Amino acid sequence: MVTYFSEIFSGLWSLIIGLSITFREFFSPTVTVHYPYEQVVMPERFRGHIQLKGDEEGNPKCVVCMMCQRACPSGCITVAGKKKEGEKKKTLSKYTLDFTKCSLCGSCVESCNFDALEFSKEYKLASTRKEDFIMDLMQRLEEQNK
Amino acid sequence: MELTFFNVAVAVTIAIGFAAINAAYLVWAERRGAGRIQRRPGPNINGPLGLLQPPLDGIKLMAKQLIIPGGADKALFIAAPVLAMAPAIVSFVTLPFSDTIVAHNLNVGVLAIFAFASLGGISLLFAGWSSRNKYAVMSSVRAVSQAIAYEIPMLVTVITVVMIAGTMNLTDIVAAQKGGIWNWNIFPFKAGLFNPLMTMSFLIFFICALAETNRAPFDLGEAESELVAGFHTEYGSMGFGLFFMGEYANIVVGACLTTLLFLGGWSCPFGLFPGVWWFLLKIYVIIATIIWIRWTFPRTTIYGLLNLSWKILIPFSLFNLLLTAGLLKVF
Amino acid sequence: MSVPIHIQPDETFVLNVGPQHPATHGVLRVKMEMDGEYIVNAETVIGYIHRMHEKMGELKTYPQYYMNLSRMDYLGALGYSHGHVLLVEKVAGIEVPERAEYIRAITVELNRIASHLFWFGAFVMDLGGFSPLMYALQDREHILDMLERITGSRLTYSYYRFGGLYNDIDDQFIESAREFIPRMRKSLKKYHKLVTGNIIFIKRLKDNAILSKETCRKYGASSAVARGSGINYDVRKNEPYSVYPEFDFDVPVYPEGDSLARYNVRMAEIEQSLRIIEQGLDKLPDGPIMPKKAPKIIKPPAGDYYQAVETARGNFGIRLISDGTKVPYRLKLRSPTYSNMHLFDETAKGMLIMDALAFMGSLDLVIPEIDR
Repeated sequence: MVTYFSEIFSGLWSLIIGLSITFREFFSPTVTVHYPYEQVVMPERFRGHIQLKGDEEGNPKCVVCMMCQRACPSGCITVAGKKKEGEKKKTLSKYTLDFTKCSLCGSCVESCNFDALEFSKEYKLASTRKEDFIMDLMQRLEEQNK
Repeated sequence: MELTFFNVAVAVTIAIGFAAINAAYLVWAERRGAGRIQRRPGPNINGPLGLLQPPLDGIKLMAKQLIIPGGADKALFIAAPVLAMAPAIVSFVTLPFSDTIVAHNLNVGVLAIFAFASLGGISLLFAGWSSRNKYAVMSSVRAVSQAIAYEIPMLVTVITVVMIAGTMNLTDIVAAQKGGIWNWNIFPFKAGLFNPLMTMSFLIFFICALAETNRAPFDLGEAESELVAGFHTEYGSMGFGLFFMGEYANIVVGACLTTLLFLGGWSCPFGLFPGVWWFLLKIYVIIATIIWIRWTFPRTTIYGLLNLSWKILIPFSLFNLLLTAGLLKVF
Repeated sequence: MSVPIHIQPDETFVLNVGPQHPATHGVLRVKMEMDGEYIVNAETVIGYIHRMHEKMGELKTYPQYYMNLSRMDYLGALGYSHGHVLLVEKVAGIEVPERAEYIRAITVELNRIASHLFWFGAFVMDLGGFSPLMYALQDREHILDMLERITGSRLTYSYYRFGGLYNDIDDQFIESAREFIPRMRKSLKKYHKLVTGNIIFIKRLKDNAILSKETCRKYGASSAVARGSGINYDVRKNEPYSVYPEFDFDVPVYPEGDSLARYNVRMAEIEQSLRIIEQGLDKLPDGPIMPKKAPKIIKPPAGDYYQAVETARGNFGIRLISDGTKVPYRLKLRSPTYSNMHLFDETAKGMLIMDALAFMGSLDLVIPEIDR
């Protein structure tokens, strides 16, 4: 009999404590970011899709060693190079990233010995066509250089 | 006021208008309140402070297609939302907002309102049964047993108040609580009658009002995370809109009743300037509490719910009834 | 509440809690035969998100397989990567510098707290209280922000490498971690007041789906399911690995076996993880994070190897059968939730559907991990 009443009172008291917590939270400021009026700044090491790094003249540093293509687990990178006349090394002619298969693991950036790849900070990548995600990174480097 | 056609029409229109606007904007208040409790803004893009959100939601709902599932009972399917909304709006006709503002002052106002409230239970049954959906049937059965179990303590506490006031006329019940905060029915120090359990019966009435309107923590009928959407799973567009508005209209009626019966209606706590503004302030405080409770507590099980009613609320309310009757007889 | 029920076979109906449902935390289908509100028979059907991780293990080289482990259970991803990396290092004989071991322990415990916070929010939301989810997610945001600053991703980290880490932590991480610990303790007190003490919550979970020790052993349950029934087994203490023997922490065990005990175990685990993070930050040595000669091509000697770790979901084991080439011959992933889930089929008989769904929430299922 006693437990019947004590349970009722302790139960009511626990409910009132719960209400007081939400009451306090009601008067606390909001913690959400009101996108699109406010934006979040991406940290430095943020992993967007990869992009080519350019040297002082704006040419890509890539020497077409194919390490990134071999390291990629999903097979998204296609690299092609041409040997220009009178030069010993190959120069980059085509660098395509198929972002529909990329998992942002970073193996390509890590395996490059010539510091030619880095992560971009792009995250607003919504589109209605699949072709927008087959990225031509050399074109992107040219647009960045302008 | 004389009972001309014009007067009655105006009164009824105002009553229905009040109910409809409240039902629409309570949605806004709930979404903003829930947002602030969860530390996010709630709707704030459509119009200043999001105030245009309910009309735009209404337009969206009306533009959707009303799908009636194949094999469903068409008459019951369409009747159910109307039956959910109609009793609440009709109850507004008898509710007094102040000494002089009442659409039609029935002498048995309390009885009329509770008679209409019982009709709400039928709409749950119609909605669940006619949807031809297992989830809907299960949840409507739960909701009906909940409605029946919680009507009893509610009516018993109301009988207590009616006994103290001596009349069923809502205006007279409020008039008996005139004169300051200590005369309200919630406190036990009524003039000439000391009943220590009145606060408890206010609490019982409030909990029963929450349960009758299918409001958390007693919202087994809707139970969003278990049975998709309960008895209104199959309703889209305006059917859903009517259920929604009916629920909020019921909440407003419940809050009005609580104020009238226990909190002194339109009388001021200090005994000066009684008026409709005190009434409105009190019902909005109660509605804010109802919203606050929804977003804090988890849901009870069906057994917890029925145990609460049959094993805790009914014994207490019956005991209170006997005590009040005894005290009235003696003093 | 289990009540003995007598049914005639033609009075039951089949309710399909289908693959798309708010309560099942992923794509899990439960075929329930119901008599009114009581469950007569429950059968879980899985396989809707099978992605062939074990087959991919036979086709990819060891360094190409890092990120698959994070996708298995995305809420506690670092624990799974930890198991994989430890196994390959053990097999190929790669030495890990001490600083890397400590950082791994700290990040794994942070991830465990994040996973438990998400479970807490989703569990209470299943029961009908919508606000604690938002509070828990806000606390989880702090952890995710901290980890994003050092690894670059918020959910599926590919942070560990064979031999160490991808990149080092900076002072800002240590500072924010130190600041996070007292804030999390304050939040835990808030959760205990708001949820654990609440009478509606207690009535809902007390004596709900009591699991005995024998049932847990029969199904191979681990983590909070086993520790909530009185079995005192934690891989970090019973089969120690990495740098855990240096930390001083307790393993919470509750003997009752009902859903409230499982809930209490997980909340206590959050507190113990905070203790480990504190000690890890104090003892963090300086030094490199990758060994000097980290092999790029890994060819472990032929043989059969196994490594178990304690993740947020339980006892996760990897078995590797190597035949000496660059690609494993067989990579078997032992998923803890798979064993935990099958307890549902047996225990749900005779329960109300609301209680059964509360039980499912307390088991902490993440379906992609079951289906791999």
